[in-house]
Amino acid sequence: MIEGGLVSDLIACALLIGGVKAMSHPRHARRGIFIAGVGMLVAILGNAVFGPTVTGVRSALALVAIALGGGLAWYESRRVAMTAMPQMVALFNGLGGGAAALIVLTRLFEPGRPAGLFLVFGCLALAIGGLSFGGSGVALIKLAGRWGKPLRFRFQNGVHALLVLVILGLGTGLFLHVGSRSGLVVLLAVLSVLLGVGAAAPIGGADMPVVISLYNALTGVAVGVDGLMLGNPALIVAGTVVGASGILLTRLMARAMNRSLGQVLFAHFGEVAGTDGSGSGTFKEMDLADAAVALAYARRVRVVPGYGLATAQAQHKLAELTELLRQRNVEVRFAIHPVAGRMPGHMNVLLAESGVPYDLVQDLEEANPEFPQIDVALVIGANDVVNPGARNNPASPLYGMPVLDVDRARRTLVIKRGRGTGFAGVENPLFSAESTYLLYGDARAVLGQLVGAVKSL
Amino acid sequence: MNDAFVLLLAAFTGYEIISRVPALLHTPLMSGTNFIHGIILVGSLLVFFTAQGFTAQILAWVGIVLASANVVGGFVTTERMLALFRTGRQVEARDD
Repeated sequence: MIEGGLVSDLIACALLIGGVKAMSHPRHARRGIFIAGVGMLVAILGNAVFGPTVTGVRSALALVAIALGGGLAWYESRRVAMTAMPQMVALFNGLGGGAAALIVLTRLFEPGRPAGLFLVFGCLALAIGGLSFGGSGVALIKLAGRWGKPLRFRFQNGVHALLVLVILGLGTGLFLHVGSRSGLVVLLAVLSVLLGVGAAAPIGGADMPVVISLYNALTGVAVGVDGLMLGNPALIVAGTVVGASGILLTRLMARAMNRSLGQVLFAHFGEVAGTDGSGSGTFKEMDLADAAVALAYARRVRVVPGYGLATAQAQHKLAELTELLRQRNVEVRFAIHPVAGRMPGHMNVLLAESGVPYDLVQDLEEANPEFPQIDVALVIGANDVVNPGARNNPASPLYGMPVLDVDRARRTLVIKRGRGTGFAGVENPLFSAESTYLLYGDARAVLGQLVGAVKSL
Repeated sequence: MNDAFVLLLAAFTGYEIISRVPALLHTPLMSGTNFIHGIILVGSLLVFFTAQGFTAQILAWVGIVLASANVVGGFVTTERMLALFRTGRQVEARDD
């Protein structure tokens, strides 16, 4: 009986790892998620067939739970807009963390509860799962833009350190059989969730991608440690693979913003950047007809889209404008900053959705050396990722972050909704630069008018 | 102790398989690994099937609901994102 379960787990692990591997290349990416999906089915069915024998009532109850959770998730994730994908990742990640914590709670309330090393694993999985649950909840609210200002107070890191110590103390208490067992367990769970909330609360919007990636890795770790407690190899392998790859992804993202993980978590971003940021200097506006001429008679155009493009739902208008310009033999490419959108790669997804082929898309390293030869750089709803202050103003909070050098293009057109600052709340000298012209308005409306103007040329 | 070796190898595997991933796939890949840790559903089912006390059964049942949402939601969101990636030739083929 056990042999059969091990064989199905082995097949499942191979498929899950192979799936992730395939997902790391655009050509095979879609096949990858299906491979992983088959692996997941094998794991679930294998454990159902070779696992403990159960009564019909209990199997039926389990099916109801799967139908309920799966059905709601299916409904929600089918209809949600592509712009809200980061929130979905946060949501499902938090639920996974919650499930990992609940497994431990279940086991700790039972008579044949884990002891010794298994208890240590249990406490770890409970604490990490709870942390991930709480933190993902906060990330979800922040990514949806419903949080308001980051919550900050004095000695915040000290309070968090104290919480960590109390959690460790509770774990030790459980290990040494001090006090009420269920009381300690519940307190441990509650404080872990609280720590997750507390740790995410002070982090500014610009750093949210890194944080959600970190919580994703943490859920993986919690799942892996759950596997150690239960002695289940599929959980150990899949959880650990997610934990390790998630930590690597988190570091890649942090590096793309030129920040270390420590800075993200403990040196809270934006503390110095409290300006309203309308900036000094004068802004020059350009009317639509002139902008259309500038684009249509350019040889080389670079489009730099930001999250503002997505909030205005202007991707499709942009794709239309691109097609028009390409018919006029204008060389159009898209320059994407690694953290454009709300998560790394998010902008690529949004452009792909509107039908822009991904071979027209350049990353930062490809795009930057070309800007001095670019006739028009068209910036749409992007701000922090094109801020030259990051390159040349040591006083800027963004200083050191790699940015797209659109200020080096011969002319820069910026479509901007208002005079406000970006997500990080930092002033941008690009907008008052000599070669920059502003087109105020909703990105979708402005692009629509540009399409019309280019057509009539 | 065997589990420790499994853990070690899995950690290196996880690190290696995505070490050269292009930035354009960061979000789908994060979502994809988000789906992978939905394997917790296997654990939730296991503890639900072996739970004895009433409280334990309730907790384990709620765990199955959350884990199922993780699995299904993770799969659907990832698949939706990845379905969008096409090369220029594929886009033209679709429009024909």
